[in-house]
Amino acid sequence: MATDTRDSTSFERVSRAKDIAFEYLTLGATLLGIVALAVLLSYVAVDAVGWLNWQFLTSPPHPMPEKAGIFPALVGSIFLMLLIALITFPLGVGAAVYLEEYAPDSRLTKFIQLNIANLAGVPSVVYGLLGLGLFVQLVSLGYGSLLVAGFTISLLILPIVIISAQEAIQSVPDSMRQASYGMGATKWQTIKNVVLPESLPGILTGTILALGRAIGETAPLIMIGAPTTVFGVPNGPLAKISAMPMQIYTWAEYPDKAFQHGVLAAGVVTLLVVLLSINSIAILIRNRYQTQS
Amino acid sequence: MTQQNVTTSESDDDSSTASPEPGSGIASNGTAEAETTTTRSVIESRNLDVYYGEERALQEIDIEIPAEKVTAIIGPSGCGKSTFLRCINRMNDLVDSARVEGELLFEGKNVYDADVDPVALRRRIGMVFQAPNPFPKSIYDNVAYGLRVQDDTENLDERVETALRRAALWDEVNDRLDESALDLSGGQQQRLCIARAIAPDPDVLLMDEPASALDPVATSQIEDLIEELAQDYTVVIVTHNMQQAARISDKTAVFLTGGELVEFDDTSVVFENPEHQRVEDYITGKFG
Amino acid sequence: MSSANAPDLTRDDGRTRREAVVRLVFFVCAVLSVLTTIGIVLTLLSDSVAFFAEVSPVQFLTGTSWSPANDPVNFGVLPLVTGTLVITIGAAAVALPIGLLTAIYLSEYASDRARSVLKPALEVLAGVPTVIYGYFALVYVTPALATIFPTIDTFNALSASLIVGIMIIPMVSSISEDAMSAVPDSLRNASYGLGATKFTVSTSVVVPASVSGIASSFILALSRAIGETMAVTIAAGNTPRLVDLTDPAGVFLNSIQTMTAAMVQLGASDVTGQSIAYKSLFAVGLTLFVITFAMNLVSEWIASRYREEYR
Repeated sequence: MATDTRDSTSFERVSRAKDIAFEYLTLGATLLGIVALAVLLSYVAVDAVGWLNWQFLTSPPHPMPEKAGIFPALVGSIFLMLLIALITFPLGVGAAVYLEEYAPDSRLTKFIQLNIANLAGVPSVVYGLLGLGLFVQLVSLGYGSLLVAGFTISLLILPIVIISAQEAIQSVPDSMRQASYGMGATKWQTIKNVVLPESLPGILTGTILALGRAIGETAPLIMIGAPTTVFGVPNGPLAKISAMPMQIYTWAEYPDKAFQHGVLAAGVVTLLVVLLSINSIAILIRNRYQTQS
Repeated sequence: MTQQNVTTSESDDDSSTASPEPGSGIASNGTAEAETTTTRSVIESRNLDVYYGEERALQEIDIEIPAEKVTAIIGPSGCGKSTFLRCINRMNDLVDSARVEGELLFEGKNVYDADVDPVALRRRIGMVFQAPNPFPKSIYDNVAYGLRVQDDTENLDERVETALRRAALWDEVNDRLDESALDLSGGQQQRLCIARAIAPDPDVLLMDEPASALDPVATSQIEDLIEELAQDYTVVIVTHNMQQAARISDKTAVFLTGGELVEFDDTSVVFENPEHQRVEDYITGKFG
Repeated sequence: MSSANAPDLTRDDGRTRREAVVRLVFFVCAVLSVLTTIGIVLTLLSDSVAFFAEVSPVQFLTGTSWSPANDPVNFGVLPLVTGTLVITIGAAAVALPIGLLTAIYLSEYASDRARSVLKPALEVLAGVPTVIYGYFALVYVTPALATIFPTIDTFNALSASLIVGIMIIPMVSSISEDAMSAVPDSLRNASYGLGATKFTVSTSVVVPASVSGIASSFILALSRAIGETMAVTIAAGNTPRLVDLTDPAGVFLNSIQTMTAAMVQLGASDVTGQSIAYKSLFAVGLTLFVITFAMNLVSEWIASRYREEYR
C-alpha cells in the first residue's frame, strides 16, 4: 500500500468516492425531514379513516369518542380567519405602501423596517400575552372572545403580511410608475391606478399564505383564555369561540386511545385539509398571475 | 485631444458625405441666430446644475428651446442628456439623491419655484420613455389614463380616438380597444405611449430615446410620427442615434461627457459645420 | 421673456390636502407595527414590575424551583430556562447539520428541476401547525422511541426536541442557501481550476464564504426553537425540573417544562388578574421576549453584513 499511494489512478478513485458519498449525504439530509413528515402524515391519515366522516364534521365535542365532532371549532376557525383577513389586509397593504412608495430613506424608516422584521420573530405565545394584557384586561373585550382572538392573531401575522406585500409592490416595474407620474398623476393616483392593481395578485397570495399560518395558531388562543370546549357556533363578536387547533390541543390531553388514534387524527386531518385548501387558493392565484405576465 | 484633432481633418470629407441630410446644407451660423430670435422659446434654462448626491450630472446649462419645433439632444452615454430632459418636467424629483440648482423656465415661469406643483407641470408637459411602458390595462384605458387622472373626462371616447389617430395607431386598433395593451407589438406599444402622452393635449412632448428598443420599421414609423407632431407640439427628443437626430430635428443640442452643453444650433449647422472641434469629433465618430 | 402666457402651475389646495391625508393614513398603518412592539413591551413590563415588587429579580433568576400555583409557591425560573435549553440543544443537533447539508445540496448539487420540487416541499415542513407536530411527537414518535429506550416517559424531551428540530430545518436551509447562492461563481471556478472536486469546493470555498449567512440562519432557527410552544407543551410535558447533568440519559428521556409550556399551563389555568401566579406569567414572558428579541437582532445584524459582502 505504502508504495501505491502515489499511483494517480487510485488517488482519483478515492477522491471521487468521497465526492459521490458527500452528494448522497446532502441529498439524504434534504430528504430526511420531508420523508419524516410524509411518514407521519400517512400514519395520521390511516388513523383518521373511519373517524373522519360527516357526523364528525357536523357534531359538537362529546366525551364519548364515537359522538365527538369538530363542528363548532371548524366554524370558529372560519369566522376567525375572515375577521383576521378583514383586519390584516388593509393594514398590511397600507403599511407596505407607505414603506415602498412614500417612506423617505430615513432613520425612522429603517427603524420601522427593522421593527417589522423583529416582530415576525416574536414567539406567538408572547402575542398571546399582549392580547391578554391589552384586549382582555385593559379594553375588556372578554376572555376568549372572537374579537380578542381576531385582534391578537391579526397583530401576530401582520408583519408577515406587510413583508410579503412589500415584495409584491417592489416587483411592480418602475417604468409603470414613471409613466403614470409623467402623465401628471399624483402619488395616490399612481398607487391606486397602477401600483396596487399590478401588485394585487402577489399581495393576495402573501395574505392568504399568512392566513394559513393564522389558522394553525394555538398558543395565543390559550393565553387569551379561549375555552377548551365550545358546543355552539359564535353568535356575535364578543361570543367565546373555539378553533380547530384549540380543539386538537384539548383532545391531545385525553389519554383514551380512541381519542389519540381516532378523534384526534380526524381533527388533525380536517385542519390540514382546510390549510391545504387555503394554500392551494394562494398558489392558484400566483400561477394564474405568472402565466399572464 | 489635440493629437486626435490633427487626424480628424483627414476624414472631413468622409464625415460630410456620411452626414445624413444632404439637402439641408443651406443654414449658416448667421441665419441660425436670426431664426432663434424670431421664434418664441417655450423652455429656457439658466445656469442649470444637477447633482446626484456629490456627483455633478449637468453643468451650467443655458438653452432656449423653440416652440413647435423638434429639438434633438444628442451626446455619448452618461453625458446627462436624459437628466436634462427629466429636469424639464421635474421627473428628477422622484430620485431621492437628485438636486437641481439654477432656473428652468417653462413659458417664463421657473418650474423650480416653491409654489410650482410638479403634478400640474407634468399635466402640461407629456413624456414618452425609452422602452414602451404601457400599463397592463386595455388600449382604451391606457390612452384615457391622463384625462382620467386630470378629472377631464368630457367626450372621452372622442378624445381617445383623436389621440390614437394622431399617433397613427387608430386603424390598427380601433376594433380591439378593450384588449390588453400588452398584446400589441413593440412599435405599436410605443405609438400607444405617444397617444397616451398627447391625449390630454400637452404643450410640450418630451421623448427619451423613444425608438431605441424598436426594430428599423417601427423606428421609421415613430420618426414620421414625430415630424407630424411637431406641427402642433414642441418636441424635445433625446437620442443616441445621430442619423435620427439629423433626420427629424430642427435644432440639435450636443451634450458631452461631464454634463456640459457644448453646442446648440440648427441641426444642419451642428452636423455639417460644427463650431467646436469636440463636437465634430463626436459626430464623426472619433470619440464617444 | 414674456410672462403674458405664463402657465398656472401652482398647487391645487384640495388636491394637495387629499394627498397629505392619504399619506397620513398609510403612515399610520406603518407606525402600527411600532405601536405593537411598544404594546408588547408595556404589557410585559407592567405586570412584570408588579411581580418583581413581590418576588425579587435575584430570586426569580437564580431560584431552582418553579411551582407558581401549588404550596409552597416558588418562582425560580432556572428549571424552565434549562428545560428550554434542553429542547433547543436537541433541536439544534437535528436541524443545524441537516439544514446546512440541505442548503449545500440545494445550492451546489441540485438541478433546477429538483430544486423546484424540494424547496416547496421543505416549506411545507415550516407550514404545518405546531400543535399538529406536538400530536405527532406524542402519539407516533414517543411510542417509536420507546422500542429503543424502554425507560422513556410518555412526556419526554427527546421526542419534543426531535420534532422541533424537523420543523426548523427549513429556516436553516433557506437562509443558508440564500447566502451560498450569493457566493460569486468566480470563487468556485478558481477552486475548480486548481482541480478541486465539488466536495472540496463546497466545504472549503462555499461554506467558509457564506459563513455569516449560515450563522444568521442558525441563530434565527435557535430563537424559533426557544419560542416554540405547542409542540413542546404537548410532547415534553409539564414537569419543571433543573437539568441533572449526572444523569445525561434522563435529561432527554424524562418530562421537562420549558418557559413556553409553563406560560401555557398558567394561561390555561384559572389564575386571576391580581394573583402573583398571573403576574409571574408576564415575568416569564418578558424573559422569553428579551432572549428571542436579542437573538433576532443579532441574526439580523449578521445577515445585513453578509448582504453587504457580495452585493
